Amino acid sequence: MMKFLKKFYIVLIFIFLYAPILTLIVLSFNQSKTRAKWGGFTTKWYGSLFRNDQIMSALYTTIVIALLSSLIATVLGTMASIAINSMNRRMRSVYLGVTNIPMLNADIVTGISLMLLFIASGLSMGFGTVLLSHITFNIPYVILSVMPKLKQTNQSVYEAALDLGASHLHAFFKVVFPDIIPGVLSGFLLAFTMSLDDFIITHFTKGPGLDTLSTKIYTEVKKGIKPEMYSLSTIMFVSVLVLLIVVNYIPSKGNKNN
Amino acid sequence: MSKRLIELSNISKSFDGQLVIDELDLYIRENEFITLLGPSGCGKTTTLRMIGGFETPDKGTIYFDGRDITNMPANKRQVNTVFQKYALFSHMTIAENIAFGLKLKKKSKSYIDDKIKYALKLVNLDGYENRMPDSLSGGQQQRIAIARAIVNEPKVLLLDEPLGALDLKLRQDMQYELIRLKNELGITFIYVTHDQEEALTMSDTIVVMNQGYIQQIGTPEDIYNEPQNAFVADFIGDSNIISAVMIEDKLVEILGAKFECVDTGFGNMKPVDAVIRPEDIDLLEPGKGSLDGVVTHIIFKGVHYEMEVTTPDGFEWLVHSTDMFPVGTKVSIHVDPFDIQIMNKPESEDEEAIPIEE
Amino acid sequence: MKSKSKVLSTPYTIWAIGFIIIPLIMVLYYAFTEKDGSFSVSYVAAISDPTNFKALMLSIVLSLISTIICLLLAYPLAMILASSGVDRSGFIVFIFILPMWMNFLLRTLAWQTLLEKTGVINSVLKYLHLGQINIINTPYAIVLGMVYNFLPFMVLPIYNILAKIDKNVLNAARDLGANEFQVFLRITFPLSIPGVISGITMVFVPALTTFVISDLLGGSKILLIGNVIEQEFKQTNNWHAGSGLSFVLMIFIVVSMLITNKYDKEGGAVL
Repeated sequence: MMKFLKKFYIVLIFIFLYAPILTLIVLSFNQSKTRAKWGGFTTKWYGSLFRNDQIMSALYTTIVIALLSSLIATVLGTMASIAINSMNRRMRSVYLGVTNIPMLNADIVTGISLMLLFIASGLSMGFGTVLLSHITFNIPYVILSVMPKLKQTNQSVYEAALDLGASHLHAFFKVVFPDIIPGVLSGFLLAFTMSLDDFIITHFTKGPGLDTLSTKIYTEVKKGIKPEMYSLSTIMFVSVLVLLIVVNYIPSKGNKNN
Repeated sequence: MSKRLIELSNISKSFDGQLVIDELDLYIRENEFITLLGPSGCGKTTTLRMIGGFETPDKGTIYFDGRDITNMPANKRQVNTVFQKYALFSHMTIAENIAFGLKLKKKSKSYIDDKIKYALKLVNLDGYENRMPDSLSGGQQQRIAIARAIVNEPKVLLLDEPLGALDLKLRQDMQYELIRLKNELGITFIYVTHDQEEALTMSDTIVVMNQGYIQQIGTPEDIYNEPQNAFVADFIGDSNIISAVMIEDKLVEILGAKFECVDTGFGNMKPVDAVIRPEDIDLLEPGKGSLDGVVTHIIFKGVHYEMEVTTPDGFEWLVHSTDMFPVGTKVSIHVDPFDIQIMNKPESEDEEAIPIEE
Repeated sequence: MKSKSKVLSTPYTIWAIGFIIIPLIMVLYYAFTEKDGSFSVSYVAAISDPTNFKALMLSIVLSLISTIICLLLAYPLAMILASSGVDRSGFIVFIFILPMWMNFLLRTLAWQTLLEKTGVINSVLKYLHLGQINIINTPYAIVLGMVYNFLPFMVLPIYNILAKIDKNVLNAARDLGANEFQVFLRITFPLSIPGVISGITMVFVPALTTFVISDLLGGSKILLIGNVIEQEFKQTNNWHAGSGLSFVLMIFIVVSMLITNKYDKEGGAVL
C-alpha cells in the first residue's frame, strides 16, 4: 500500500511537470492557429517552420550563443576550478562566494546590472553583449560541476606524474583531466541548457533587431504565438529525449560511473 | 552454562536473488561473548542485522528469551547495536546522543543525567557531554557509540565490526576495553568481525562462517587447535593443509611418510586432509624425524623465524621456529601426534580453503 | 602548483570583477544618484510609493506561498526518491534538465491552455462532473506558475542531502527505540535542514523577482515588483528608479544568501 502511494505520488508530480510539455506537443499538431481550441490534426507547421525566416534566424542565434557561451564558460570555468581547488581556505571561500552570486542572485538583477555596465561602457547592445552575459551566468554552473570531481581526484596521482618526469601541463592533461572529464562535460551540457532556456538576462542585454527564441516568443505572446514555435520546441525536446535514451540505455556498460 | 537467550532457527535470507544466509541454526547463551567470524560476504553482518531488527529473514524464526521476534521492529527489541562507522547523530551533542534512547522511553531528567555521567565514565570520556561528534577522534566516537547503546540497558549488545576503522594500536586497546565492559555490564555481546586475531582474543565462543553457512562453532582454543575443515584451518592463522591417507586409527600417511596421530574413527585407507600448524613442526637433524627436506626460504618475523621446508615431493611446508636454519640446511620434520589434526575431505565448495590469504 | 594556479585563476578573476562585481556596483550607483549624478535616496525610498509597495507586498506574499507549497510537495518526493535509490543522474535529468529543452516561456504559457475557462483541465473536470476552476489571470495562477517553474530547485537540494544520510544513522535511532515518525522528527528532518534552507532560497529569490510568470499567467492587471522594475528599464527608461527598486530587492536576496551560506558552506547542496 505504501509502495503504491509512493509510486502514485511520483506519477502525480511527473504529470504536473510534464503536462505543459505534453500540451505544447499536442498544440504543434493543431490545425487551428490559436491555443484555445483544437482544430484537427495536421503536420503542416513542421513544414512551414523551416520556411519561417524569423524563427530560423532566432534559432540560429540561440544555438550559436548557447554553443559559444557554454564552450568559453567551460574553458574559463575549468581553469578557475583548478585554481580554486589549490587555493587556501580563505581565498577559496571568497571565490566560491563570488561564483555563487549569479546563481543565487535574481536573474532580473543580473540582467539589469549587465545592461547598465554595457551601456556605461559604450558597447552597442547586440550579439556580443548577449554572449558576454551568457558566459557570465554559465561559468558558475561549470565550476559547480567540476569542483566536486576535482575534490575526488587524488593529489598524489598528479604528484606521481611529476615524479615520473612529466611537466605540469602534461601531468594535468594525462592524469588529472581524464578524471574530471565527466564533470567538465556535465558542466558544459548544463551551461548549454541554461543558455538555451534563458529569457530574462537576454531580455535586458539584447539590442533591437536581435532575437533568441525566448525573446522572440516573448514579443509574440501579445500578438499570438506562431504555431511553428510549438513544432520547433517539440522537435528540440524530442531530439534531446531520444538522445538521452540512446546515451543512457544502449551502452549500458559506460554509464555506470558517471 | 547459562540458558539460551537468542535462537535462530532455520534462517534463510537472500538479496536480489543472491542467497546470503542458507538455513542457518544458531543459539546464543546469556552472558556470552560470541563472535561471528568470516570473510566479507559470508553473511555475518546480515545475521547480526536480523537479530537487531534491520533485516527480516525470508524463512525461519528468531526467538528471544523464548519469544518469536522474527517480525518485531528494531525499536521494540531489547537489543542495541554499535554500528560500523558508529552512526552518531552529527546534529546532536554527545549528551544528546547518549540520551536519545532514554528520552524516547520518557525517563526522568535526573535519571538521564546520571546515566550519561555513568556511561561516559564507563567508556573513559568524562566531561565530553557538550562536545559534538565531529570534534571527536575515531576511537572516541567509537566509545560514544557504545555508551549510547548501553545506557538503554540492553540484554544483548550487537557490535558490527566496531573496531574496523581504528588503527592497530587503538584496536588492541579497545579489545581489552570491550572485554572489561562486557564483564562490568554482565550482558551478552554478539560481535561481528573478519579479523581472526580479534575473535580469538575476545570471544567465549566463535562462529566461523563462509558463504552463508556456519563452518564451525567453538571456543577460540577449539577453533584454533581443532579446525573441522580446510576453510576454518586456513582462515584462522597459518596452517599446512596436506592431502593424506588415514591408514588406520592413530596412524596417517602424509606425503609418503607415516605419522602417528591421535584421531580415530575415520576408517582404514581413507583419504583425508591433515592440518599442521607451522609452530607445531619441530625441525631435527636429517633422518631423525618422519620426513626429510631442505630449508628453501627464511624470513625473520620478530618472535620467530618463518621458514619454508621443501620435501622431495615438492610440497612446501610452512614452519615457525625460534631456531634459525639457514637456506640449504637439510632438516627432518617431526610433529607430535596431538598436533596433527585430521579432517574429512571437503564436501562442498564453501568448506574449501580460501585461495588467497586476506 | 601555486604559481600555475595564479595563471589559471587570472581570466576568471578579471571576468568576475568585470561582469559580476562592477555591474552590481553600477546598480548601487544608479540607485543612489539623480540623473545629474548627485547623491539621492529618493529612488530607493520610492519603494514606499503605494503602487511599488503594493507590488512588493504582493510579490512577498505570493513567493512565500509558492515556497511553502514547493517545500510541501518537494520534501515527500525527495524522501521517496532518496529511499528508493533510483539512479540519481537520470532523475536529475528528467526533473530538471529535460524540461528546459522546451522553452521556459512556452511551458508557462501552456498553463494558460490548460487552465482556461474552456481549457483542458476544465474539460476533464466537466466530464467528471467535478465543478470548474477559474484561476487564470488571478494570483492563484501566478502561484501555480511559480510552483511549476521552481519546484525542481526545491527537490534537488533536499534530495541531495537526504541521499547522503547514512542509513545506519536512521537504524541507530530505531535501534534506540524511535518509531518511524520519531526517526523523521528527530533525525531525518534536522539533518536535512541545510538542504531545506538552500531549497527555500532557490525558490524564494526567483519567485520574489519574477516578472515573466505574472506577465504570462496573471493577465496584465497584476503587478509584481519584478514587473515594476522591468517597466522602469524597458518602457519608462528610468534606470535610476529601476535600480533603486532593484536595490531593495537585493537586500532581500543578500539576506537569503547569507542564511544559505551559513548552512551550506561549500555551495554544493545547490546542484
